[in-house]
Amino acid sequence: MDPRRNPRSVIDPKVRHVGFLPPDRSLSTPSPDSHPSDDDDAALSPVIIPPPRHHSDNLSSPSSASHPVPPLAHHSPRYSEFSPRSPAASSPLSVVGSRLAADGEKETGGAGGSVRVLASSVPLSALTTASVVGVSRGITETVKGCVVEVQNEQPAILKPVKAKTTKAERRALQEAQRAAKAAAKVDATVDSNQSKSAKLSQQKNDPSSVISLDKKGHSSDRPPEKERKKDAPHPRMQYDDTSRVEKAKRKAVVKQTEVRNRVELFRHLPQYERGSQLPDLETKFFHLDPLHPAVYKVGLQYLSGDICGGNARCIAMLKAFQEFIGEKIMMADKVIVNHAVTKIRDGDVLLTYGSSSVVEMLILHAHELRKKFRVVMVDSRPKLEGQHLLRRLVREGISCTYTNINAISYIMHEVTRVFLGASAVLSNGTVYSRVGTACVAMVAHAFRVPVLVCCEAYKFHERVQLDSICCNELGDPDMISTIPDRKEIDGLNNWSNVDNLQFLNLIYDATPCDYVSMIITDYGMVPPTSVPVIVREYRGEHMWG
Amino acid sequence: MPDVQSLVNEFILKLKKRKIEGSQATARQTAVLLRSVISQQRIPYTSQAAALIDAVRAVGEQLIAANPIELAVGNIVRRVLHIIREEDLSLTTAAIEGLNVSSVSDDDGDTDKDDTPGLSAAALAAAARSTLRPPSLQTLLEDLPDSSAIPHTSSSGGDSDGKSKSADKSTRSRKLKHDVIEAINELIQDIDTCHDQIAEQAVEHIHHNEVILTLGSSKTVLEFLCAAKEKKRSFRVFVAEGAPRYQGHLLAKELVARGLQTTLITDSAVFAMISRVNMVIVGAHVVMANGGVIAPVGLNMVALAAQRHAVPFVVLAGCHKLCPLYPHNPEVLLNELRSPSELLDFGEFSDCMDFGYGTGTPLLHVVNPTFDYVPPKLVSLFITETGGHDPSYMYRLIADYYSADDLVLQRKVASVK
Repeated sequence: MDPRRNPRSVIDPKVRHVGFLPPDRSLSTPSPDSHPSDDDDAALSPVIIPPPRHHSDNLSSPSSASHPVPPLAHHSPRYSEFSPRSPAASSPLSVVGSRLAADGEKETGGAGGSVRVLASSVPLSALTTASVVGVSRGITETVKGCVVEVQNEQPAILKPVKAKTTKAERRALQEAQRAAKAAAKVDATVDSNQSKSAKLSQQKNDPSSVISLDKKGHSSDRPPEKERKKDAPHPRMQYDDTSRVEKAKRKAVVKQTEVRNRVELFRHLPQYERGSQLPDLETKFFHLDPLHPAVYKVGLQYLSGDICGGNARCIAMLKAFQEFIGEKIMMADKVIVNHAVTKIRDGDVLLTYGSSSVVEMLILHAHELRKKFRVVMVDSRPKLEGQHLLRRLVREGISCTYTNINAISYIMHEVTRVFLGASAVLSNGTVYSRVGTACVAMVAHAFRVPVLVCCEAYKFHERVQLDSICCNELGDPDMISTIPDRKEIDGLNNWSNVDNLQFLNLIYDATPCDYVSMIITDYGMVPPTSVPVIVREYRGEHMWG
Repeated sequence: MPDVQSLVNEFILKLKKRKIEGSQATARQTAVLLRSVISQQRIPYTSQAAALIDAVRAVGEQLIAANPIELAVGNIVRRVLHIIREEDLSLTTAAIEGLNVSSVSDDDGDTDKDDTPGLSAAALAAAARSTLRPPSLQTLLEDLPDSSAIPHTSSSGGDSDGKSKSADKSTRSRKLKHDVIEAINELIQDIDTCHDQIAEQAVEHIHHNEVILTLGSSKTVLEFLCAAKEKKRSFRVFVAEGAPRYQGHLLAKELVARGLQTTLITDSAVFAMISRVNMVIVGAHVVMANGGVIAPVGLNMVALAAQRHAVPFVVLAGCHKLCPLYPHNPEVLLNELRSPSELLDFGEFSDCMDFGYGTGTPLLHVVNPTFDYVPPKLVSLFITETGGHDPSYMYRLIADYYSADDLVLQRKVASVK
């Protein structure tokens, strides 16, 4: 056991896989380069970074690099204990970029779960725009992880004996520190403990310790909104004003490397960055909301200049979204329906509330499969969405019973299953859906009827919510005061302006998770308690999946 | 009694056509009708109470059959029967005491009185038998013969006794009717003032800055809330509209007119809002003997939500709503389905009405029940004129207001002699 390893570090599954080091030496390589054991210093010094190559080349390159091999070989046994461990273990911390070369070859393209290491010296090639897109799932997983891994390992690896760095290296170091400081500030509260322990374990007061803070920041779950707010520089930035430039640099998502010779006339514009911004983006974006691979691909194509021209870009973006729809909604719905029809038996009486597209597909599909069942449609004011679904179902020849939500206690004794749709499922298992869903689920629960929620996985969210008050949406109050269908009721048509009278038209409500028996998603049929697990495990992977 | 019969028929017609709205109005009209029946009823000198009871029962059966769902009718019929029995019992005990006194004091009196000790025993027995004793095995076995025997013995006793007995009896019969009618007047007055008596208790239960939730519309709830408002309690009310009758709109109008802060919500939003509600106050249609409530549709959902959030569920009910029967499958047997047109527009859905493959039965059913059953475990408190009670106490109130004999109002089929 490495005594210097921090035992209490946060293990974010995103960082389970050790992957590439970012190619941009100005950002993160200096840290691992300078902080692994003294033997590794030379191996990971920035100057060794080879020019961009294809991923497969990367794996072999470490062996070609003379420097890394001996020290790495020396160190691999030290870290080998961590290699077979499952991703969930705390080993990633100590899995170092230094493992890279030695283990890189044996971990090529494995399935998720194995710790994959790629040489620190190779990442750049893998991260070029075109190649990344085509990279296998495994590799791309690791990229994310690697970046963090490498930074993770700093506290673990003590003895930050600095090799003799060149001026360029020192400068790169400073850049990295600045970036790390920015990240550290964002996550100061979350990571203070870890960073402290990390600092303690480190004996060097190398500024790269700041980078460990950076690592910590990345590894924990950062509130994406906060980060985004701080990271994006104001579009109309004033580049002349140095103080503002400094401020923006600290907050910037895209790290601007300093350009030595810039035209003063154009100093108000962002300067050209050689190479890709990708590593910087990746170090930060990987921890923002995950992107669908199609969208990511388009972004990279923009970046590299593969797609140019306004029309072409717009079309490419919309096509990427269409792909997302196809994959995450249409296909997901098919998968959900396939799972859910297994839960419908002959003789069932299904109850559904309102109008959910997935539930409608499910019922029609079950009917196609010649299952014998009937449907109870529960509807409520003011939207009366159930009437539309009712019409469609009756047209298909499905026997339906229609009732108002007040009558669910009356009708529930003859119901065998309840199928509901959802707008979102939150991380504490709460189902956020059309108002009235909670009432239906509650009464079903009281009558011991199973409640199955059909929901695509893209609707899962990290947020938690306990009741329907904190977060909701209000609709038109006039829909409540008037009763359009029933003219004979002298409602409160002209009473909108009366002082003491208010109308409340809630759109959504939150169903507690103990009323829900099962959630049927494209990942399978899971209990509501598994939702945060799916959000955590699969959010990142869906980026590559 | 043709005019009484016509009154009865008229009332039955109104009940059948569901013309009378609300259990209070129904109860009041039933009581008034029964009062007329009793006052017009010619009763024999002997066993007046039994005669009255038979008459009321006959009318009561018809009324109940006209609208079985309106249990207030049956409640009032049983109340009246109970009143008759009670009044008779009190009169008889008074008479017996009077006889005792008279027999003791007139020991050395005239010839009439000479017979009294002996006759008084027979008279006592006759009097005792003519009152309605609680059922015992003996009475059950000699039911029919008993009723026929009484007149003979009493008549034989009366013959020997002379006019005094008959005079006593006629005064007694007149007194019985009089007392019964007085008691029924009291009952009618109780029915009229039940709202006020319940509303007096509002101040104890509603405090400052409370949020009250209610569904549909109930006059009792309206009076209750306004009474609290008058006592300067400031609170706000969420009214759920109570589809498909939308009576919540009416209640909201009334509350706003009286100056209460009101918010109208849909029934589907009840679960969402109830976490911020301090108390749910609702009216009832009928309260059953086990403490269960037959309430407007949707209240079971509200009661479940209130239980989930530990919000007290308070039911306001006048005594005329208290029914001595126990509910068996109340959702189905004590419920009424209303017209589907309240839910679906027939015109819009006319195309759906005809679909029917094979069997020819329509594919579309519309269910529109009027009432919901709330089990006693979901009710926190009943507030009646006599005060607040737990649901488990309701059966005691029933013993106060009703007799066990009257639970089954159908005439017993005469057993084989």
